Amino acid sequence: MAQTGTATKPITPAPENIPILLIVNGVERQLRLAPWTSLLDALRNHLDLTGTKKGCDHGQCGACTVLVEGRRILSCLSLAVMKDGAHVTTIEGLAQGGALHPLQQAFIDHDAFQCGYCTPGQICSAMGLIAEGRAKSAEEIRELMSGNICRCGAYPNIVAAIQQAMGQS
Amino acid sequence: MTNYIGTATSRIDGRAKVTGEAKYAGEFNITGLAHASVVASTIAKGRIARIDASAALSVEGVLDVLTHLNRPPMASADSAYDDDTAPEGSPFRPLYNDRIWFNFQPVALVVAEKPEIARFAAALVRVEYEEQAHVTDLHRQRDKAFALEPGKNHSAPPKPRGTAEQAFAAAAVRHRGEYYVPIEHHNPIELFASTVIFESDGKLTVYDKTQGVQNVQRYLCNVLGTEPEEVRVMSPFVGGAFGSGLRPQFQAVLAALAARALKRSVRLALTRQQMYGLSYRPAMIQQIELGASAGGTLDAIAHDAITVTSQYEDFHRQETGWSGLLYRCANATYAHRLARLDLETPCDMRAPSAATGVYALECAMDELAVALKLDPLELRLRYYSDRDQNTDRPYSSKSLRECYRQGSQAFGWDKRNPEPRSTRDGTELVGWGMASGVWEALQVPIAARIVLTANGHAEVSCATSDIGTGTYTIMAQVAAEMLGLPLDNVTVKLGDSTLPQSPVEGGSWIAASVSNGIATTAGAVREELLRLAKQMPNSALADATADEVTLADGMLVSKRDATCAVSIAEAMRHRGVDRIEQEKSTTFDDDGSHAHNTHSAVFAEVKVDEELGVIRVTRVVSAIAAGRILNTKTARSQIIGGVVWGIGMALHEETLIDHNFGRIMNANIAEYHVPVNADVYDIDVIFVDELDAIVNPLGIKGLGEIGIVGVAAAIANAIYHATGMRVRDLPITLDKLQR
Repeated sequence: MAQTGTATKPITPAPENIPILLIVNGVERQLRLAPWTSLLDALRNHLDLTGTKKGCDHGQCGACTVLVEGRRILSCLSLAVMKDGAHVTTIEGLAQGGALHPLQQAFIDHDAFQCGYCTPGQICSAMGLIAEGRAKSAEEIRELMSGNICRCGAYPNIVAAIQQAMGQS
Repeated sequence: MTNYIGTATSRIDGRAKVTGEAKYAGEFNITGLAHASVVASTIAKGRIARIDASAALSVEGVLDVLTHLNRPPMASADSAYDDDTAPEGSPFRPLYNDRIWFNFQPVALVVAEKPEIARFAAALVRVEYEEQAHVTDLHRQRDKAFALEPGKNHSAPPKPRGTAEQAFAAAAVRHRGEYYVPIEHHNPIELFASTVIFESDGKLTVYDKTQGVQNVQRYLCNVLGTEPEEVRVMSPFVGGAFGSGLRPQFQAVLAALAARALKRSVRLALTRQQMYGLSYRPAMIQQIELGASAGGTLDAIAHDAITVTSQYEDFHRQETGWSGLLYRCANATYAHRLARLDLETPCDMRAPSAATGVYALECAMDELAVALKLDPLELRLRYYSDRDQNTDRPYSSKSLRECYRQGSQAFGWDKRNPEPRSTRDGTELVGWGMASGVWEALQVPIAARIVLTANGHAEVSCATSDIGTGTYTIMAQVAAEMLGLPLDNVTVKLGDSTLPQSPVEGGSWIAASVSNGIATTAGAVREELLRLAKQMPNSALADATADEVTLADGMLVSKRDATCAVSIAEAMRHRGVDRIEQEKSTTFDDDGSHAHNTHSAVFAEVKVDEELGVIRVTRVVSAIAAGRILNTKTARSQIIGGVVWGIGMALHEETLIDHNFGRIMNANIAEYHVPVNADVYDIDVIFVDELDAIVNPLGIKGLGEIGIVGVAAAIANAIYHATGMRVRDLPITLDKLQR
């Protein structure tokens, strides 16, 4: 019936690894990656930077948001090889010498999370939002943060945290 | 002495969560880890005729393809697959045999060196099926639903009282309505995953996404036929669950099977799509009849529910009983039927039975108020009951009246024009609606361990989970207060099956249970410290008993005379003791004399675009009575989260099945709509004071569920008030306002 069991001699080769350079949180990281590796999986599986989260792998939830050259992107929708030479900032790169970034502190102060799984994406997205300079009002923050789903429903606290951080920056 | 209980304390795990240090089940990377990918059924019912894995096996880096034909041995008895929260029936067994029970059922598992290879190869596994006719439409099975019987089925409806049928027929004002709730999926943002570490001695350490590590540990041991010490299950952080992690889910056993087959560590992370094959809130049809007199009495309640279950288990909760519990009414009758569909078994989802049953009741109450030309709040006050109407018992505490008062005041309810379509804001119709909420204050046996060291540090531990509820933080608060230590001197361990016994985290029962459990253990620590203190020369506490002393600021202090105090550190050092360890179990005696419930009053404002039908929930006030609040900061977040869930239930959430194929059409988080930031406006949470000296020593009732209960009804009622249209099937999407 079924043909299962121990692997036979491979006839379908895995893709060849390609050397790339990522500058992650200011550190140069040389990697050899198959071209099908997403930036998200490169961070999580190859660099052990698991702070960046996978919630859908389809660009629908925002949990994988990181900053590339200072702009917020969905790392699950980017192949790592496309970002060869790029500066990537992840949640692990925000605190400086043990001192939390004001956004991180604001998220704690306002209890802007519960389970914490969407949180790194929310914070990176908020970093990008503030850099964009587009959001002034709570309504604009809500609209421009709507690519990051929080199933625990911490949205009002997320908006309050971002407002606090914007007031400081 | 510093009080921590009842304060607005920031989460002690907050730093780990905002820096990315918190590790979830699929994030434990170790050398030599293999990666698995599920091949899921594309049919709803039938048998596997043939599996051709040759193309998958030919891919470089593929280690194995497991199916029901070549998997390692699994238990054969149903009892092995049982778990703490399993319903009656025969539990699902992944990769057990060729039977297909539901779409997305795992039929093969590809294991490879890299996750991308496993996923690619999984797409190459060809499965041929012998399909059988399926039914996935509740409306088609409605007439074949079978009744639950009191005495025979647990959670069957309560006993009827009075003569509801006659009372309804004789009532001056009658309302009859049918309310529909669709299938909803939990969709926690963390993907379900298990990382199984295959230790050098063959033991398994399993990092699993679960609400109950000990439940999963027992399940895996039973299914795999191993000794208890051979499997350890851990979940230090859980990225949301909402009920989906109560039962052991199939990724855990599949990853464990693969690890044992390959004698290698294996991770299995499901895709978002595959998570639609785990479980869901059952769809249901509810009929409610209310009969009232013009003079202000509710004379008849009839609540009939038909809920979905699978072909192999009888999942049900008591949707109907809430109706007869909440309001004063002499006559009440209930019926609950189950409809079998070719779907996986449903499970608990936030406030199971109450989110749905109270939704139907509270919409029906609103309709009755309209029929009686009464204000909806006034109606509820007229029918207010100080006793549980089902069991005719007093409550240990019930401050719902105060919820109504404070909630309506904060909302400005007295300014409401009762006429539908009477209020506008530009192009939008404005509506105000309200509803009551109720949940049980449950508590369960639990154990807690405290290790106090002479340097004034304590470690408190319990095998419970923190699924985002704030358990870490409240455990630290209670321990710090009971031991008289600064919060920073307390560390918390949880989410490890080797820690002291805990049930699954669910039903809003952990906060009350673990807090009282820690208090019990802290009492034992205090006794031990007093014993040491008494042995000191000229001890100031030589004559004190354990009840007469308290721990504060590093001292044992007499409650009668604060000058009679002994340093904890000195007492321990004097006897050469550098650590005190106590582990105690706590059970909760219930003499049955009182009902234990939490309550809420929810007020909602909606704005509905008159031309487009777009609905916004612009304001919600939720007033909560839930005993003593442990942490006002995390508690508020819990309730806000519940309200957001209620908004989703009212307006967005619905799992859509193509009944021709028996397959879910929107198995992703873009087409299954959940509330996003732009959907959520002002949410005001009020905790009314509620002292409860009966429910448990600390007076705690739990908060995880009550926040959602009543919200969907308040919104539905507000939409009626805005538009004059009564939509009785959820979610209330804009198309339903265009009819």
